[in-house]
Amino acid sequence: MAGVRVLVGTRKGAFILTADGTRRDWHVEGPHFAGWEMYHLAGSPQNTDRIYASASLGWFGQQIQRSDDGGSTWTPVGNEFTYDGDVGTHQWYDGSQRPWEFTRAWHLEPSLSDPDTVYAGVEDAALFRSVDGGQTWHELRGLRCHESGPDWQPGAGGMCLHTIIQDPRDADRLHVAISAAGVFRTTDGGKTWQPANRGLQSGQIPQPEAEVGHCVHNLARHHGRPDTLYMQKHWDVMRSDDDGASWYDIGDGLPTDFGFPIDVHAHDPDTVYVVPITSDEQHFPVDGKLRVYRSRTGGGDWEPLTDGLPQQHCYVNVLRDAMAVDRLDDCGIYFGTTGGQVYASPDAGDTWAPIVRDLPSVLSVEVQTLP
Amino acid sequence: MSDSATSTAIRVHLPTHLRKLAHIDDGELTLDVPGTVTLGAVLDVLETHYPVLKGTIRHHDTQRRRAFVRFFACEEDLSHEPHDAPLPDPVVRGTEPLLIIGAMAGG
Repeated sequence: MAGVRVLVGTRKGAFILTADGTRRDWHVEGPHFAGWEMYHLAGSPQNTDRIYASASLGWFGQQIQRSDDGGSTWTPVGNEFTYDGDVGTHQWYDGSQRPWEFTRAWHLEPSLSDPDTVYAGVEDAALFRSVDGGQTWHELRGLRCHESGPDWQPGAGGMCLHTIIQDPRDADRLHVAISAAGVFRTTDGGKTWQPANRGLQSGQIPQPEAEVGHCVHNLARHHGRPDTLYMQKHWDVMRSDDDGASWYDIGDGLPTDFGFPIDVHAHDPDTVYVVPITSDEQHFPVDGKLRVYRSRTGGGDWEPLTDGLPQQHCYVNVLRDAMAVDRLDDCGIYFGTTGGQVYASPDAGDTWAPIVRDLPSVLSVEVQTLP
Repeated sequence: MSDSATSTAIRVHLPTHLRKLAHIDDGELTLDVPGTVTLGAVLDVLETHYPVLKGTIRHHDTQRRRAFVRFFACEEDLSHEPHDAPLPDPVVRGTEPLLIIGAMAGG
């Protein structure tokens, strides 16, 4: 029977949660890398035994760990992320210019086609690629060296490249999202990049419709309709039907259009999920009710999903990389909270139950669908 | 880890995270350091024997100490000493260890 493996990164280690296809009874394993901040774990779409993990600590810096047996054992691989060429400067919080400085890898994105190829989105914002299973990393410097680079500035969490979206039609086409610069896309494997923020409006920047400077929180794409992209921005939930060339607002009907993660149903490109959060000043659900919102119409028509989720006294957050969907016939949805809960829905969001309740604060959730 | 008769055996304490990362079971390591025993020389030998520790104590590119790592020996803070300065005699003689620690942080 098919099953799932949920990869959970937390502030104090990684956990691996497994279940069969019913997704009712769970085996919880961990912590792996106890004490390390696990910003992200991700499995290869080509080889479910291959998992990459980003571990970092303020004291001892960055580690990349790799498993080739589904997370049972791990091997540290390359941890040297050196910006290619002139480091240059970007904007700091006070408006001054500051040299790019590597802090950590926020997001790892294994290639759709090659288990040894993996991308890393890092802070300060840049994109790295490894083609040898994580042993060595090389920057795709065309992104950081974009002419707008000196204008990029950090969001509250740092100036991070946190989202990497591959195009199933062409491995040379990528979208990335940076806080707070916005979306950039390449069609030549990362040599050149173009901003892809037309239609975004951000009241927190001097020119609300500027080409660059938006605090995009997360992107999602359905591989069956790759020209459609969904976005959760600092404020606003957005959609593009032209591969990111332009965006329009689909947030009407949400209690708030602030939030962090966004994801798409595995089998229906019109079914989208967000977790509305009260505001940028109040990072918790509206009215203390933890509600996932689902649109079955590609946005603009949203329904709250509450069955099994706490509907009072809930003041956790759900971070940008902390929601995922599996690919079983009845699509499962998963998310983790800053309060340490990981919730699962085996029925596309209709009902929910916690897999675990008391982990450290959850930074990321990914899921692998196992044969 | 004895390399030659011209090297000096240096005792080194590592923090728990780094011992686990390098799969070092004992609390104290002994490293044979060739030539003049300096902090830089000790770290060079440590990273040669345990490549996974590269980048964890000092930065890959600049070789400067990471901000929240400290070096203590003989009840002195050596964190701000040049990496090519000789270590104190008791460390060279093996009567005192070099302590590599994560700085206090948190509440």
